[in-house]
Amino acid sequence: MLKQCEGSHAVAEAVALCRPEVICAYPISPQTHIVEGLGEMVKAGTLTRCEFVNVESEFAAMSVAIGASAAGARSYTATASQGLLFMVEAVYNAAGLGLPIVMTVANRAIGAPINIWNDHSDSMSQRDCGWIQLFAETNQEAADLHIQAFRLGEELSLPVMVCMDGFILTHAYERVDIPTQAQVDAYLPPFVPRQSLDPSDPISIGAMVGPEAFTEVRYLAHAKQMQALELIPRDAAEFKKIFGRDSGGLVKPYRHEDAETIVVALGSVLGTIKDTVDEMRDDGHKIGVLGITAFRPFPLAAVREVLQNAKRVVVLEKSLAVGIGGIVSTNVRMALSGLHLHGYSVIAGLGGRAITKASLHKLFRSAEKDALEHLTFLDLDHGIVDRVLAREKEQRRSGPIAENILRDIGVVAAKIG
Amino acid sequence: MSFQPVKFYQTGTFTVGNRLLGPEERSVQANMQRTNSLNSGHRACQGCGEALGARYAIDAAMNATNRQLIAANATGCLEVFSTPYPETSWQIPWIHSLFGNAAAVATGLAAAMKVKGRNDVRVIAQGGDGGTADIGFGCLSGMFERNDDVLYICYDNEAYMNTGVQRSSTTPPAARTATTMAVGPEPGNVFGQGKYLPAIAMAHGIPYVATATVADLRDLEYKVTKAMSMHGARYLHIFVPCPLGWGTESCDTIRIARLAKETGVFPVFEAEHGEVTGVLKIRKQLPVAEYLKPQKRFAHLFGATPAEETIARIQAMADRNIRKYGLLEPGP
Repeated sequence: MLKQCEGSHAVAEAVALCRPEVICAYPISPQTHIVEGLGEMVKAGTLTRCEFVNVESEFAAMSVAIGASAAGARSYTATASQGLLFMVEAVYNAAGLGLPIVMTVANRAIGAPINIWNDHSDSMSQRDCGWIQLFAETNQEAADLHIQAFRLGEELSLPVMVCMDGFILTHAYERVDIPTQAQVDAYLPPFVPRQSLDPSDPISIGAMVGPEAFTEVRYLAHAKQMQALELIPRDAAEFKKIFGRDSGGLVKPYRHEDAETIVVALGSVLGTIKDTVDEMRDDGHKIGVLGITAFRPFPLAAVREVLQNAKRVVVLEKSLAVGIGGIVSTNVRMALSGLHLHGYSVIAGLGGRAITKASLHKLFRSAEKDALEHLTFLDLDHGIVDRVLAREKEQRRSGPIAENILRDIGVVAAKIG
Repeated sequence: MSFQPVKFYQTGTFTVGNRLLGPEERSVQANMQRTNSLNSGHRACQGCGEALGARYAIDAAMNATNRQLIAANATGCLEVFSTPYPETSWQIPWIHSLFGNAAAVATGLAAAMKVKGRNDVRVIAQGGDGGTADIGFGCLSGMFERNDDVLYICYDNEAYMNTGVQRSSTTPPAARTATTMAVGPEPGNVFGQGKYLPAIAMAHGIPYVATATVADLRDLEYKVTKAMSMHGARYLHIFVPCPLGWGTESCDTIRIARLAKETGVFPVFEAEHGEVTGVLKIRKQLPVAEYLKPQKRFAHLFGATPAEETIARIQAMADRNIRKYGLLEPGP
């Protein structure tokens, strides 16, 4: 049913249609509306056979999900930013134990300085934790990916993170086609766990594993993610059959066939990029786009196939690996091993800074001339940076950086452009 | 004044035999049909109080729940010695996730059982004092506060034994650990620190809080059985001597636990909804030195010049326990 609703609301409805049995909730912006929505459904009795647990921290949220999943219950939680970091130990544990928990990450920056706005630092910090990571481009896809996530995770006994841009998607109202219960039931079979704690068949889960088998356990975690490379396109194709639309999959190429320049990105910024590319195409530029939906497992072959005939690749990413540069770009570079391409990492949209078409036009045109720095910070205010560096050179006790910058800028509206 | 009630024949002794008791009064451990929930062959040290406590407690819980039990275990000695891959000593469904989340994992187990309509299946979380009072404290308090249907059992051996005897927030004053060394002008753990978890549990107003020691099997089993007859959050704090960490003889584990109770160092009581409802009386009060002396972790108090002042301070703490919980007053 078509509905004009908030992204968080659409996700809550999609998750509810998946018949979750245990939901753990701890508030953190910008994820909170999702669990509020689910909590209301449980309390009102529209979502039945479901326990909604208000926990005392994100660490507890993931831990409760671990217990519930280990007992064979379909388990869900949502978090963001600091919350994801606070539960990291349990995040790794859920993956290591092979528990198919589904979690929404409403992508948000990580402090300090504290910042509630969108970028991908949180999810990217967990790219190697063993979870499958799917990035949604739109609210429709965010809703759809949750339905696919339960199916995929439960088939593989792996947890799945559905990443959606905080505020840009979670708080945006747009048209979403909310599936029917019959559609979801046809797509998502009941959860049959590979392992569950049951007094009639007692097993121990979580034994200490030494050097004699640890490598094998870790290898199997990797092998399962490699299986996901096969399953994700299959699940997306099945999804299209039942729901009638394209959602999910490994990658989403756009106008890339004859492109000399291809822009790679994840999440909602793909919309702005495609609009910019359309305008440039109208002006005769040979430019295309590659959206990556599955970041873990990383689809090396699919990425290579799309990019291999281009002359240059611009990876635009909302995360920064301090001390080296891009995170997505490093992964993309692996896919291009042996190919001679110009490659650029563009760090953009950190802490919610808007990525505008105007900036992208300038950026892509500069890339086409190979006039970009290999590591570029989109719309970086060099004046501010220089002032801080000068201050630090002048005085030893120069004070806290963020606060000094805020004082330099003065009282202004949040800088978005 | 010491308290020595009149008891009939051997039933009043510390070592009453089962043949003197009616079948309904006999211990679960004495029953040939006991479940051996923590089976033999595990790798605990000789004389391990925690292994003993866990065996007593889980067998009693299995007995009380018609064997419909699931347990979540915190990281620690109990976890490490019971489940070296690919072996397990547990005869019950058992999960180990992390050091600090046993209470939350148990909440998840209980939620799953509830949603699946398995009201017959009961859930226990267990851990040592570090996993309970320190790193797992947040999850524990959350589980209490929500009144989740979980019995949490803390096996308190008063330090981080698994990592090599470091201080925890239940390490007593003056005790030597690897991080409260027996050196300097005030050797051992400092006075005025630490937390008493049973009182904190009671402050949550949960249905049941109790303490027990491995020296009194029947009292321990009674408390587990009672806890399993109730629903909501319940807490059992079991005093479990550690021969390795305390520097005691393996054969003395039960004696040391009994001395902790008989000196007032460890009050044994039970409470419902935040109110004390029963205490195990001291039978013959002993000075704390009797409890401290056999333990190498307190050896620095008994050198050439005994640390009289320090011993007196520990005695004062025991006396306060005795007053506070009425450990010496004759029972009804």
